[in-house]
Amino acid sequence: MHQYHRNPKPVPWDKETALLRIRECVHLEGPLLPILHALQSEFGYIDEAAEPLIADALNITRAEVHGVVTFYHDFRRKPAGRHVLKLCRAEACQSAGGDALASHAEARLGVAMGDTAADGGVTLEPVYCLGLCSVAPSAMLDGRLVGRLDQERLDGLLAEARK
Amino acid sequence: MTLRLFIPADAAALAVGAEEVASALQTAAARQKAAVDIIRTGSRGLHWLEPMIEAQTPAGRVAYGPVTPGDADGLLAAILGDTAHPLRQGLTEDIPWLKRQTRLTFARCGIVDPRSLQDYRAHGGCKGLQRALSLGPAAIVEELAQSGLRGRGGAGFPTGIKWRTVAQTQAPQKYIVCNADEGDSGTFADRMIMEGDPFVLIEGMVIAGIAVGATKGYIYIRSEYPHAVASMEAAIAAARRGGLLGNPIAQSAYSFDVEVRVGAGAYVCGEETSLLESLEGKRGQVRAKPPLPAHKGLFGRPTVINNVLSFASVPVIMDNGAAFYRDFGVGKSRGTMPIQLAGNIKCSGLFETAFGITLGELVDEIGGGTRSGRPVRAVQVGGPLGAYFPRALFDTPFDYEAFAARDGLIGHGGIVVFDDTVDMAKQARFALEFCAIESCGKCTPCRIGSARGVETIDRIMRDEKRAANTEVLEDLCNTMKFGSLCALGGFTPYPVMSALTHFPEDFGARPHLQAAE
Repeated sequence: MHQYHRNPKPVPWDKETALLRIRECVHLEGPLLPILHALQSEFGYIDEAAEPLIADALNITRAEVHGVVTFYHDFRRKPAGRHVLKLCRAEACQSAGGDALASHAEARLGVAMGDTAADGGVTLEPVYCLGLCSVAPSAMLDGRLVGRLDQERLDGLLAEARK
Repeated sequence: MTLRLFIPADAAALAVGAEEVASALQTAAARQKAAVDIIRTGSRGLHWLEPMIEAQTPAGRVAYGPVTPGDADGLLAAILGDTAHPLRQGLTEDIPWLKRQTRLTFARCGIVDPRSLQDYRAHGGCKGLQRALSLGPAAIVEELAQSGLRGRGGAGFPTGIKWRTVAQTQAPQKYIVCNADEGDSGTFADRMIMEGDPFVLIEGMVIAGIAVGATKGYIYIRSEYPHAVASMEAAIAAARRGGLLGNPIAQSAYSFDVEVRVGAGAYVCGEETSLLESLEGKRGQVRAKPPLPAHKGLFGRPTVINNVLSFASVPVIMDNGAAFYRDFGVGKSRGTMPIQLAGNIKCSGLFETAFGITLGELVDEIGGGTRSGRPVRAVQVGGPLGAYFPRALFDTPFDYEAFAARDGLIGHGGIVVFDDTVDMAKQARFALEFCAIESCGKCTPCRIGSARGVETIDRIMRDEKRAANTEVLEDLCNTMKFGSLCALGGFTPYPVMSALTHFPEDFGARPHLQAAE
């Protein structure tokens, strides 16, 4: 049910599968976030075509669904790159040199924070705290946590992400 | 005899290689034909020593750290032969950093197997619930009120009063909601409890349910904490099997069940009413109060909403009594606080101690100064909405009132240390920028004020009408502080104004000529 983990192999959008995932959650109290997490886990993003299906299943307006999808940073409206590299940009990581690492990653990948490289290989994203503030700076590559990040370790992650 | 090795599976330990160390030790054991039983625990909180492993010896557990996979063979040989090793830290309990602490909430974290309810019970777990059951609902609430426990999420509201209000409100359905949306940079105590001692949180929520007459609980965990989510879900399943959750709970007339819900990357959902909206499946927008969640909370029902640490402190209070807990601490800040030492600090980690320790002791003595080796210039206490304190304020005792008296807050207990390379104008700008990114948009002071604030600081940093713009910034901060609906807009002025007040030189002001400008 709690399929919020990043699925390494998302499947292409498919209405029937989407309806199945929606039906699995409708019995819950407050089912909308669990539904959106399930869809994103399945497809890697929330296809716009999912919004009317959800609205219908929950008996709310499409605008309400759209409002929720767009409110939360986690929900993507288009697929991410094959790899997602999240760099923590919050204060504890700033104090340990995180800003310079973020600039380094942007320069190396040739993308701005929040964007996906032109070849679709890697999406670089800011994250505001992974709770690894005692081993700052920190990063997450496709769900794998990395602490005590320095330029050398970051280069290793970038190489991995560009594979 | 089988050697028992304890290796943390806490996210911070994993982030610095605990998994690789565990598998290297497994391989080393096979190679050395040694019988080794590896038990995965939470973290003891000595994060600068992570990955820190412990070996069971007749005298107690002996710690080694920080361990790398390459150390495995030599380390295992040293443990088996009981010989010296450069990474040996001695008996864990005797490490001064740990010995100096008072671990009440974190008594079991890093010691027990977080997946085993049996281990939890063997280490004193469920004793609080037993006593709570013998006390009955009204006396539980009274005991909690007497303990002086205040909300550990940051607001510091007396937990007993919250519970009493819900208990006294009549409704066919009530809820217990745990706020595990630990979004403040510099904090990780909730995560450590969920990963290292998840049953204590469940036990605290069960006691809350009994006290106020609620049968259903939710734990709202941020999506940035996948390991905590997995750990809580496993613990809930084990608690259902073991009778800690159920209809009814074993050996009682009460029923209670808990479900995990995962956030979606919105910082503002750490605010309690926004969290409730999010649980209901809406945009995480703040609600105006009143009505209080205690009267009309989740789905309009009376709801106890507390932070992870608040619930996790309940069992020890119930077990040992209100007076035991209240005897720790100072003034109106009773008990202990799990303080989190983070950022550019040498000895980082979780330090639980009675309220009253000074900021200077925490940063210099316990934290050992910066990791970079440069002088400490500023520390931010209480997350992104907390004030920046200069060294001149290091005599501030760690308690709610003392920090408030100095225009700061202890928040969720995070301390982020910065060395002398920090640019405080940049930090002030970031506070406003973060507020602009994370504002839920419901109230104008926060939504618009944060964006205008960034622009105004940019002008100050460009030396454009510095005095006039500084006045605008101060005015804007006042509007946000007094006009915002919740703490996001209301407290963002703390980091901004503290940076401006204590570090004016970073905003281009020449300390002695400021008045003449």
